Amino acid sequence: MSTTTHDTAAVHDDHHHGAPKGIMRWLLTTNHKDIGSLYLWFSFIMFLTGGAMAMVIRAELFQPGLQLVEPNFFNQMTTVHGLIMVFGAVMPAFTGLANWLIPMMIGAPDMALPRMNNWSFWILPFAFAILLSSLFMEGGGPNFGWTFYAPLSTTYSPDSTALFVFSVHIMGISSIMGAINVIVTIVNMRAPGMTWMKLPLFVWTWLITAFLLIAVMPVLAGAVTMVLTDKFFGTSFFDAAGGGDPVMFQHIFWFFGHPEVYIMILPSFGIISAIIPAFSRKKLFGYSSMVYATASIAILSFLVWAHHMFTTGMPVFAELFFMYCTMLIAVPTGVKVFNWVATMWRGSMTFETPMLFALAFIILFTIGGFSGLMLAITPADFQYHDTYFVVAHFHYVLVTGAVFSIMAAAYYWLPKWTGHMYSETLGKWHFWCSVISVNVLFFPMHFLGLAGMPRRIPDYAIQFADINQIVSIGGFAFGLSQLIFLAVVIKCIKGGEKAPDKPWEGAEGLEWTIPSPAPYHSFTTPPEVK
Amino acid sequence: MTTKHEAYYVPAQSAWPIIGAIGLFLIAFGAGSYVQQLSTEESYGGYILIAGIAVILFMIFGWFKTVIDESMAGLYSAQMDRSFRQGMSWFIFSEIMFFGAFFGALFYARMVAVPWLGGASNNAMTHEVLWPAFEAIWPLVTTPDGTKTEAMPWTGLPLINTILLLTSSVTLHFAHTSLEKAKRTPLKIWLALTILLGIAFLVLQVEEYSHAYHEMGLTLESGIYGNTFFLLTGFHGMHVTLGTVFLIVLLLRVLKGHFTTDKHFAFQAGSWYWHFVDVVWLCLFVFVYVL
Repeated sequence: MSTTTHDTAAVHDDHHHGAPKGIMRWLLTTNHKDIGSLYLWFSFIMFLTGGAMAMVIRAELFQPGLQLVEPNFFNQMTTVHGLIMVFGAVMPAFTGLANWLIPMMIGAPDMALPRMNNWSFWILPFAFAILLSSLFMEGGGPNFGWTFYAPLSTTYSPDSTALFVFSVHIMGISSIMGAINVIVTIVNMRAPGMTWMKLPLFVWTWLITAFLLIAVMPVLAGAVTMVLTDKFFGTSFFDAAGGGDPVMFQHIFWFFGHPEVYIMILPSFGIISAIIPAFSRKKLFGYSSMVYATASIAILSFLVWAHHMFTTGMPVFAELFFMYCTMLIAVPTGVKVFNWVATMWRGSMTFETPMLFALAFIILFTIGGFSGLMLAITPADFQYHDTYFVVAHFHYVLVTGAVFSIMAAAYYWLPKWTGHMYSETLGKWHFWCSVISVNVLFFPMHFLGLAGMPRRIPDYAIQFADINQIVSIGGFAFGLSQLIFLAVVIKCIKGGEKAPDKPWEGAEGLEWTIPSPAPYHSFTTPPEVK
Repeated sequence: MTTKHEAYYVPAQSAWPIIGAIGLFLIAFGAGSYVQQLSTEESYGGYILIAGIAVILFMIFGWFKTVIDESMAGLYSAQMDRSFRQGMSWFIFSEIMFFGAFFGALFYARMVAVPWLGGASNNAMTHEVLWPAFEAIWPLVTTPDGTKTEAMPWTGLPLINTILLLTSSVTLHFAHTSLEKAKRTPLKIWLALTILLGIAFLVLQVEEYSHAYHEMGLTLESGIYGNTFFLLTGFHGMHVTLGTVFLIVLLLRVLKGHFTTDKHFAFQAGSWYWHFVDVVWLCLFVFVYVL
């Protein structure tokens, strides 16, 4: 084919479409790396936007009483913070990583459906523009929590709920198209010899994630549609007076919502399963058990949704069923954690920034898993339900879980993406600031919850004041720490030490066989995998 | 074209996706505003919605034309064909899950919500305190707050529609086998017949809705029975409409001489979609009308 020049991707123009210049490159692109970068930048902007809302929340909660914002605005902040972090930050970050990495990892020229790939990305900024614009409308934006429980989202919601509904529809369409693309690429575009049980775990976990996405995003679409008709067209799906049931909303929502939780963590497992072996200089322990564990978690995720609603009044049999199924998930997850630890056992480990984030992931995600087990116990959950204990739990799995794994992935693959090594010093600063502040932020929330502080409340009783102040300080520190990450990334794109093809001694996979930065078209002819 | 394209066709830059993104934005923003403005004087939302639909139609037309041209120019390998087929199958799976949400609501209402309101399980006090006069029966013709309606019988129009749609699946299958045997004339006839059956179904569906609204008092506001009835049959009707348009496009392409015995992904996709819509109707007929 052609020799690839390292300095500019545009030189690689033996093809009728190299990397074009200017804004049109990004608007019209069909290149998986361009689209991956778009997703990643979009996700980071959303991460900072949602983070800014979290800062508003923590500022208000710095002291008891109402200081800065109206309760209604506080509710809008908690709601939109959740929506943005779930649909705007974590999910697009994983899709961006999938776009960048999956074709390189399986030896494919691009994603299977490149134009649809562009479409799935570009509808996202529009969806969030609609969602954010509703904050500035008369009556305000969504204020019913990201879970939009009826009747909060129907009877008592602002008029802008209609815009919320349609923006969620677009997010769903985007996710479904992205997931179809991922599945088709993995099933159909693997290089010769790349058999199923040779797939990198990041590819495996994304395959299963994509299946979950296609299965549950349409259910979310159904749920918001029913909210729309209940609010504006006189139906009574969630209104007992017409024969419906508000609890039915929760069933439909969590049937989507629980697999959604795994959508946000399975790709993390794939990332950690790439990084831990690389920096332990050992093969991953128990590859096939990792694959089966991922699949088991995905299947179980459809059988546990009602553990989010133990206190809503279900028959005792259902409570027990969902309690035991939930506890069962600890088994495959335990297999994973065991395998990571076993991989490190007697490895020759080094502690570069990606490895530090991966290690923090294993420890802190496991803490989040344990508090999840506590919440799974029905009688105990009656006590914890809707308290800060729940907030602590899901921030441990989503921030120190999903977000930390995304950070780890960014550090790990930045040299491949940009062709430069990132600044290890700044990276370590970012890591230590983040890992300390995030624990100051979220760990004391466990105590707040156990002491009875309810979530989603702008004011609180005086005895919670001290811990809330500590939590807020941790929050501001964590928020500021992420600016170091922004600096690292910009610095790394602009220049720095040249990255070799394979910057990590122990790294494995096809992506390290091509130059850094990866050429605009990586595998135009598929490599042979032995 | 270079040899690479025989391996896998990676398209050049394309403007269609971003046009589609703008179209979808206009639809979402327009529809959202339109719904909000239903109870007010303003009404610009509707215009934005229509503009969005126009942009999307333009996008679909242009995008599909590009794909058809590329396909006719022989740019697509067998692997590409597989990508399209797998993509379509997963899309249909997502549609199944979408209908699943509404069927789920129907089953929950029938098996749980309505019986509980009537005092079943341990809800005797709920029933006593809230609506003691309420009777839990299905179809729910009297809601707890006393809204009255009539149940749609399965005989008559729904039965005729079932027969129409089942027949259309058979005729479409004949069209497909004719295509595979390169018998172009029967292909055209069977395909045209399928389209006619689809249109007939839609006409009768409109008739049924009008009957429900004007003579039976069965509306979208008639409580959970009317809600599930109209949302399930309504979304199904939208899918039949889309499927019919799909088949019309296929017929026009057949008339232009497109599709060969072994390469006819679009036909295959249209046919899958139609059979899927048919199966949804069968479930609807059983669970919404008969039982």
